[in-house]
Amino acid sequence: MLTMQGVSKSFLGVRVLDGVGLDLEAGEVHALVGENGAGKSTLMKILAGEHLPDAGTITIDGTDRSFGHPAEAQAAGVGIIHQEFALLTHRTVAENVFLGREPTRYGLVDRRAMERRTAELLAELDETGITPRTPVHELSVARRQTVEIVKALASDVRILVMDEPTAALADHEVEQLGSLVRRLTARGIGILYISHRLREIFDLSRRITVLKDGRRVTTLDTRETDAETVVRAMVGRELGAYYPPRAGPEEPGEERLTVRGGGNSRISGIDLTLRAGEVVGVAGLQGSGRTSLARALFGAAPFTTGTMNVGGEPLRPANPREAVRAGIALVTEDRKGEGLALHQSVADNALLVTRAVPARGRPAARREVTALLERVRLHAHGEDQQVQYLSGGNQQKVVIAKWLAARPRVLLFDEPTRGVDVGAKAAIHTLVRELAREGLAVLIISSELPELIGMSDRILVMSEGRLAGELPAGAAEEAVMRVATGGGSATEGAA
Amino acid sequence: MTTAQAPAKGRRVLRALTTGTPVYLLLAVLLTALALTDPGFYEPDRFLAFVKRAAPLVILAAGQYLVIVCGEFDLSVGAIVTAGVVVAAELYGSFPAAPWPLVTVVLLLAGALAGLVSGLITTLLRVPSFITTLGMMLILEGAVFFWTGGSPHGALPAEFRRLGRGTAFGWLPWAVLACVVAGLLAVRLMRSDFGRTLLATGDSERAAALAGVRVARARTIAFVLSGIAAALAAVLVGGFSGVSAQAGRGYEFEAITAVVLGGVVLGGGRGSVVAAMAGAFSLQALFTLLNLQGVSGALESTVQGVIVIAAVALGAADWSRLRRRGTESPGAKAS
Repeated sequence: MLTMQGVSKSFLGVRVLDGVGLDLEAGEVHALVGENGAGKSTLMKILAGEHLPDAGTITIDGTDRSFGHPAEAQAAGVGIIHQEFALLTHRTVAENVFLGREPTRYGLVDRRAMERRTAELLAELDETGITPRTPVHELSVARRQTVEIVKALASDVRILVMDEPTAALADHEVEQLGSLVRRLTARGIGILYISHRLREIFDLSRRITVLKDGRRVTTLDTRETDAETVVRAMVGRELGAYYPPRAGPEEPGEERLTVRGGGNSRISGIDLTLRAGEVVGVAGLQGSGRTSLARALFGAAPFTTGTMNVGGEPLRPANPREAVRAGIALVTEDRKGEGLALHQSVADNALLVTRAVPARGRPAARREVTALLERVRLHAHGEDQQVQYLSGGNQQKVVIAKWLAARPRVLLFDEPTRGVDVGAKAAIHTLVRELAREGLAVLIISSELPELIGMSDRILVMSEGRLAGELPAGAAEEAVMRVATGGGSATEGAA
Repeated sequence: MTTAQAPAKGRRVLRALTTGTPVYLLLAVLLTALALTDPGFYEPDRFLAFVKRAAPLVILAAGQYLVIVCGEFDLSVGAIVTAGVVVAAELYGSFPAAPWPLVTVVLLLAGALAGLVSGLITTLLRVPSFITTLGMMLILEGAVFFWTGGSPHGALPAEFRRLGRGTAFGWLPWAVLACVVAGLLAVRLMRSDFGRTLLATGDSERAAALAGVRVARARTIAFVLSGIAAALAAVLVGGFSGVSAQAGRGYEFEAITAVVLGGVVLGGGRGSVVAAMAGAFSLQALFTLLNLQGVSGALESTVQGVIVIAAVALGAADWSRLRRRGTESPGAKAS
C-alpha cells in the first residue's frame, strides 16, 4: 500500500536520514524502533508532509506522491498522531474531530451532523467513556489519544502514524490502546508504530524496522525474532544485563528523609522513610498520586498536614527552594516544561541550581560542570550547545547533572526514562545505582513496571492518594498491579 | 557526536557576538553610510559627540534589556526620565545650594523606587507588566503635569548639568564615560550568576522556579535596575537639554525598538545585552543619518515604527523554510 524509497534529509548540514526505505501493507502494524536521534520522527514527518525530503520517493497505491503540506498528506489518507497532541483543550470532542473541515449546512457549521458522526466513530471503537460534547480538557491522556484516533478515522485515513503513543500512558491504558490498534488494522488501516517499549511492539506488530543514525539497519519479521536481537540492532552492541545489580544484602544506611502522616488535597496518610543507599520505587496508576507525592516531598505542591524530617532535621518544605537547601532534588516527568530552560546552553542549565541556591554546592565552577557532564555520559557538541537541540536522553542527562551539581542527599525521579532511548536509559539506570551506592537516598516513580522492578530495592504502591502497600525487591508485575488497582483487575479504567 | 568539552575562551566570545550578528552588520552599514554622507563624522570630537547623544538611549536599552530578557516590559522609562529632570529642577528651585552628587543620588534612588513598585505589582499582584508600567508611565506623566502646571519651574545649575555636557580630561564627555561604565556593568551582570538565572527565568519560569530560583525577586530586581538606568539617563538628558515636561517623551519606545533591533526576543530568555546596546547605537546612527539627509525629524517615529515591525518580523521568519518553499503557501501550521 505504501512504499518509501531512498529517503534522505539533512538539517543545517547534518544528515538525519540517509537513503531510508520502508513499506507498509494494509491492515499491518509496522513498528519503527531506534534510539532517539535515529531519524524515526523525521521519516514520519516526511510521510505526513511536515518536512520535504531532500531525496527519495513516496508511493501510495502505486502513485508517486510528494507532500508539500500536511493537508496534502491528509487528503491522500495519511494521518499522524504526535506525542504532543494537537487538540484544542477547551473545545468539545466533536469540534476537535472535525477541526478545519466542519460539515456545513446552508453555510453554517452543522453541529448535529458533526456530533452524530463522532458518536458513530466512538461507538465503532467501543469507547463509552467519551461523548461528542465532552470538552477535551476533562479527558485523561489515554482518552485524548482516542480522540486523536477518531479524528484520523473521520478523515478516512488508511495509513496512520503513531509516534510514541504509549509514552504518557500507564500500563493498563497501554493494553486498551493495543486493542484499539487491533480494531484499526481489522478495518484495513496500515499503522506505522513508533515506540521505545519492546513489549508492546512484540504484542502488536507484524514487522519491525530498526533505524540507527539515519539508516535502516534491518527489517525483521516479528514472529521470527526476539527482543535481544532488536535491541542489539538498535544500539549496535550487546547491552548485557538490562538493569544494574541491586544493592547488596548489607543494612541500608541512615534515614535521610521521613514523612509521618503527610497529606494535602491530593494525597493523604503518607508514611515514608528513605534511607541512604536505597532505591525505593513508587508504582501506581496514572492519577494515583505518585507525582503528587514527589511534588509534596519537594515542596512544589507542599504537604499541608503531617511531619517531615530531612537528614535528621524537622523540615516540611513549603517551596522548592527550601527543599533544594535541605538537599532534596526532583527530576520531574515534564522534562521540557519543568526541567530545562530550552534556549540556554548545556552549561547554563547544568549550573542553574547552584547559581540559584548558592548555599549548596559552591563553587559552581565550569570545570566541575565538565566533570559532571562526563559523569552522566552526556553526548553533545560542547557545553555551549542549546539543550533544545539535544535528544531526549541527553536532555535528561543534563537535568540530572543540574541536580548532582547541588550535591543532593535525596534524589526524587519522576519517570526518569520517559521518551529516552535504550542506550541513554541503560546509562541512567547505571548512574542511579551508582549514586545510591555513594549514599544518596533515591526514589523512583515509573509507569514502566519492568524498570521499577528492575531498579528498586523495595516498591511502594500508591492507589487513590494513599500508599496502598509495599513489596520487596523483585516482586512480580502482577503483584504490583493487584495492589495498584486496589485488588481488582488490572484493566479497570482510571478516568 | 562528541563528548561535551569546555570551549576555548575565544570561541565563547565569538559565539556571544554571533548571537546578534545582524545588528552588528546593520551598525557597520549605518556608520559607513554616515562616513560617506559626512566626511567629518569621524573626527574625534564629532564622533564623541555622537556617542554622547546616544548615551541615554544606550543606558535605557541596557535597562530595558534586563526587563525584556526575563519576560517583561518596562514602558515607564520615558516618564521616569521626564520626572527625573523635572524633580531635579524643582529640588534646585527649593534648595539652590544642594550639592549635585546628593541630587544625583536622590534621582537614582527615586528611579529605583519607581522600578521597585512596578516590579512588586507585576510579580506579587500578577498584573501583566505591560499594564503595570503603562499605568506607571501615565501616573508619572500626570503627576509631573499636575505639579508643574505644564511648564516646569526652576533651572538646573551648571554643575549638575556637567555630567550631561561637560568633559573629563578636557576631551572625554562625562556622558560617554557614564555610558561605557553602565555598559560594562550590564555585561558583567549578565555574566554573573544573577544574570544567568535571569535569562533562565525568562526562558522557562517553571523550570527556574523548580530549580530554586526566586523568580519574583529576580524579576523585581530587573525592574529596579531598569528604573535606575532611567534615572541615570534623566541626569544626562537634563544636562543636554535642560528642563522640559517633554524631556523623556518617547524614550520607552526607542529603548524597546533598540532592544528588539539587537535581536533580543520579546517574551524573554534569548538575546545579548551587548547586541541590545548596539541596537541603541544603530537607532541613533539612523536618526543622525536621516537628519543629515535632510529628512524631517517629524518622520523619526514613523521610521522607528517601521524598524520595530521589520526587526520582529525578520527575527520570527523561518529562513530555511521560506527559501525552500519559494512561492508555495506559507500557512504551514494548519490542521
